[in-house]
Amino acid sequence: MLVAIIKYNAGNIYSVDYALKRLGISPVVTAEPEVLLKADKVIFPGVGEARTTMNYLKDTKLDLLIRDLRQPVLGICLGMQLMCKYSEEGDTGCLNIFDVEVKRFIPQKHEEKVPHMGWNTLSIVGEGLFTKEQNKQFVYFVHSYYVPINSCTAAATEYILPFSAALQKGNYYATQFHPEKSGTVGEKILEIFLRL
Amino acid sequence: MLAKRIIPCLDIKDGTTVKGINFVNFRDAGDPVELGAHYSREGADELVYLDITASHEGRKTFTELVRKVAACINIPFTVGGGINEIKDVDRLLNAGADKVSINSAALRNPSLVEEIAKNFGSQVCVVAIDANYENNNWICYLNGGRIPTGKKLYDWAVEAENLGAGEILFTSMTHDGVKEGYANEALAVLAGQLHIPVIASGGAGEKEHFRDAFIAGKADAALAASVFHFGEIGITGLKQYLLKEGVSVRI
Repeated sequence: MLVAIIKYNAGNIYSVDYALKRLGISPVVTAEPEVLLKADKVIFPGVGEARTTMNYLKDTKLDLLIRDLRQPVLGICLGMQLMCKYSEEGDTGCLNIFDVEVKRFIPQKHEEKVPHMGWNTLSIVGEGLFTKEQNKQFVYFVHSYYVPINSCTAAATEYILPFSAALQKGNYYATQFHPEKSGTVGEKILEIFLRL
Repeated sequence: MLAKRIIPCLDIKDGTTVKGINFVNFRDAGDPVELGAHYSREGADELVYLDITASHEGRKTFTELVRKVAACINIPFTVGGGINEIKDVDRLLNAGADKVSINSAALRNPSLVEEIAKNFGSQVCVVAIDANYENNNWICYLNGGRIPTGKKLYDWAVEAENLGAGEILFTSMTHDGVKEGYANEALAVLAGQLHIPVIASGGAGEKEHFRDAFIAGKADAALAASVFHFGEIGITGLKQYLLKEGVSVRI
């Protein structure tokens, strides 16, 4: 099985690479269109800022390519946010795979710190990336912007308000949390994705 | 609900774990990767690896170690020690660390915090503060608690947040090693002042101390070293205890 990780100007790419290697998969980290198009699975990771990253994707035409992929695609963290229509971060138009706008967390109480950083629980709504086993399990988040609950929400988490912890539409899957840093729960989710 | 975090801290010298470690059924407690994996299996939420080597050779060994940890461990980890400039941060993040912790270098050159936040995001930048309570003030110290500065804990923590720190790791030198609990009053003051998470450090001796740091000290995370390394407190048992005491933890 050929698993490709999209190489672009974002952090966190090698964490995903390491996580897949722990599962016995040797992914390729690449920006080559031919390799990405023919891969069995594509992972779109990311830690960074929306506008800078989106500009980079446009300059390299990776934006069009990601929208053309037909195999299972997994967006992680910023990857998921960039798959939405628009992000308040840097007032950025995004890939519009998921028809929803990314918003900034606004704390309602002093204890509600932004970024939302640490381990929080999943409420599983859809199938695809999840089984009942992951319901109420903890996964690791680090983010200041969130995707509201919408018709593509596959899992929800509550922090300040309920938001989308995962999305799915057709062959596109996405998680706001980092499965590669979420212990055995995260490994299981990556395994499910690899089996799709 | 967002869980309170338990963070074991491993001191590393020349690529191996220092501090006497006494585990049964353990292959090599001196191997930082093995030890980290052990804590991860027990339920640690994050790990901190602190490089206490001074030499240039030691730095290279540490970077190699960070690479191995990143390859083997499936939870987030922070690295600290000897980070003086942005290229140290770049090197360690590239090796696979999730966050870096800076201490003396931030006090000497506060703009380093700003630079890290701008280049890599606030979430990777932990500012560690060693402070001692003396003459009714919390005084910040440099070089692992050896050199006092003119800075006071509360002022410096707020300044660090404003510069772009993502978390504050506060070690009370007054409480460290005494095993009578964390500096809960100072922690609560920090929690009230700051809008970023606070990690409590220094003073853990009993399970109750962790509960108090979370409830009275309002800390977001608690770090400890020797109670875990000597097996005096097991992380699994600690978390069960905390849950029973009404603290939200990941089990």
